[in-house]
Amino acid sequence: MTSNRQYAKEIAMNVNWEGREYTFEKPMLVSRLLEELAITREGHLVVANNKLVTEDHRLQAGDNVRVIRVVSGG
Amino acid sequence: MKCRICGQAASIALRSHKIAFCDTHFLIFFEKRVQTTIRRYALIQSGDRPIVAVSGGKDSLSLWLFLHRMGIAADGIYVDLGIGDYSRISLEKIKAVADTIGKKVYIFHVPDIFQRGIREVAKVLRRVPCSACGMIKRYVMNRICVEKGYNLLLTGHNLDDEAAALFGNVLYWKKDYLWKKDISLDEDEGHLSRKAKPFFLCSEREVAAYAIISGIDYIYDECPFSKGAKTIMYKNVLGNIEEASPGTKLMFIKGYLKELQEMKQRFLPGNLRTDEAGDGYCGVCGYPSGGGMCGYCRTLQKLEIPYTVEFEEYG
Repeated sequence: MTSNRQYAKEIAMNVNWEGREYTFEKPMLVSRLLEELAITREGHLVVANNKLVTEDHRLQAGDNVRVIRVVSGG
Repeated sequence: MKCRICGQAASIALRSHKIAFCDTHFLIFFEKRVQTTIRRYALIQSGDRPIVAVSGGKDSLSLWLFLHRMGIAADGIYVDLGIGDYSRISLEKIKAVADTIGKKVYIFHVPDIFQRGIREVAKVLRRVPCSACGMIKRYVMNRICVEKGYNLLLTGHNLDDEAAALFGNVLYWKKDYLWKKDISLDEDEGHLSRKAKPFFLCSEREVAAYAIISGIDYIYDECPFSKGAKTIMYKNVLGNIEEASPGTKLMFIKGYLKELQEMKQRFLPGNLRTDEAGDGYCGVCGYPSGGGMCGYCRTLQKLEIPYTVEFEEYG
């Protein structure tokens, strides 16, 4: 994982989480993405190309991915 | 993962229910569950004139849209706390939903009434912003219900909100608050409206999924004053427990509701206070208070501002 597109090689997918952009070189399952970001399944939802996806969904090269934290309040 | 109903690719897996759904069938599942909650606990009755407390977040905007889809007419009420872009963007999102569903929203501007934002109001009161915010919101929302004839105030509190609050009350044994977290609160005729929480048994994750699938443009940012709040810490702790043992939060809250009903039956009415009414009424405005002047009037007095409650109406 790298932040802010540091790699010049072909980009696999971009992930937006908490307003920050992350770039991953390989396609991966949503469950793996959550592990990479060290966040829980219960506290987050993943949207790929404007569609909600489950943890066994394989994210593909070029996918536009957004991780949404669901916990709110104070 | 496949949708349990149609076999198409699932959008969401609900581990606490051991089920997965596509977009369409999740919406149906969610709406049916909320309808069941409303019926079972008689949250909305025929003849009610409800209003929704909206904040611009996923919970309240989802509730507003849900009611619209169910054919339940409900206007909205928003308290603008004067927190810069956060308040401005929240109001934009609320107005967009109001336009979509064709409903009115009453807006109370804290800076217009108190001549300063909530941070400064809290400083004057020597309280934290969340405490001043809660006091003003409770007051303003009740006031509008009484003045404009809404007998029922609906809020977007979800399962995680309730579980976190209960967890905190149990951790510190806050007995005064422990039995006040019911799914609905009774009215005090002419003073307080009835209150209900239709999403009480829906997890925060389910409500967020409902908002996303429904295309609701809600504010993702947190209130800047909620950073480091204990509620969020409790939610994270409960989230970790839920991750390891799905369904725990629902059991926790369902168990509480059952226990609460038993407590109500065991004690004579009046000996177990589950409402928020005080023992008397404010001499200035008539709002229930523990004694003497209510918090809202005390705040105005401290700031040397004459008593006033004004709302902007949008839509």
